[in-house]
Amino acid sequence: MKINLIALFAGLLFGLGLGFSQMIDRDRVLGFLDITGVWDPTLLFVLGGAVAVTVIAFRFVLRRPYPILTDKFYLPTKKDIDLPLVVGSAIFGVGWGIAGYCPGPGITALVLGIWNPVLFIVALIAGSLTYKWYSTRPSHKPSSTPPELPQSQ
Amino acid sequence: MAEFNWFTALVGGILIGISATLLLAFNGRIAGISGIINGAITFNKDEIWRWMFILGMLLGGVLYEYELALEPTPKSTFAPVAMIIGGFLVGFGTRMGSGCTSGHGVCGLGRLSLRSLVAVLTFLTTAIITVFIVRHVLW
Repeated sequence: MKINLIALFAGLLFGLGLGFSQMIDRDRVLGFLDITGVWDPTLLFVLGGAVAVTVIAFRFVLRRPYPILTDKFYLPTKKDIDLPLVVGSAIFGVGWGIAGYCPGPGITALVLGIWNPVLFIVALIAGSLTYKWYSTRPSHKPSSTPPELPQSQ
Repeated sequence: MAEFNWFTALVGGILIGISATLLLAFNGRIAGISGIINGAITFNKDEIWRWMFILGMLLGGVLYEYELALEPTPKSTFAPVAMIIGGFLVGFGTRMGSGCTSGHGVCGLGRLSLRSLVAVLTFLTTAIITVFIVRHVLW
């Protein structure tokens, strides 16, 4: 129960932050990405402010053996820079540059009562499920898993 | 678009940073929205916290837009093709790349992750190139 309340409260702060940062205004985001046009540096302050907090606070938080309400930290385990990371990030960037939304602002912008974020989120989910299907289909052998041995009946 | 206000932008970023810190400190979870969405749509009853976080994001948006904001957020023109193509690529790419601006950018950089630095530099680069092409080359 407490875990859910914390998630709700953290989400609230996140949504407030996205509002104040105006990342829910896709034209402003595109203005930041449009470095050869009339450049809008707003996002620099948003990412800067956020990372300034996490770089300091995460150091303290991760010193603990476990979180306050659960028994372990759920952190990414991959350490190497692999093809999916780079290609996936590249594709994400193209989508972000086209839509002007990334996942967080796309969700929070739903409260604005316009259709853009609705279409964006629906398409996002479609894209995510498409990759999930693509990466787990039986004929697909990811390089990190060994070939399967034949099963004896 | 409303005037550039570095102060409110900074406040926004700090709130996001605090949010990520709380989620990590209490729940041990990374506040990466693409990951939260991907997990939420599996409808796993043991991970209701993801839906609570999303609900919080919507409530926070409502609180900001309808109670706190000094002026309304500008509403962009309806761009269905851009939303569908862009949204699909964002969903596909963030799943493949294991994160987005909050996951890799806010949290990953906060953890001093090299993987996340590479991810951030990559998606910023392609996003900037994309906007350049869309705004200055194609039209």
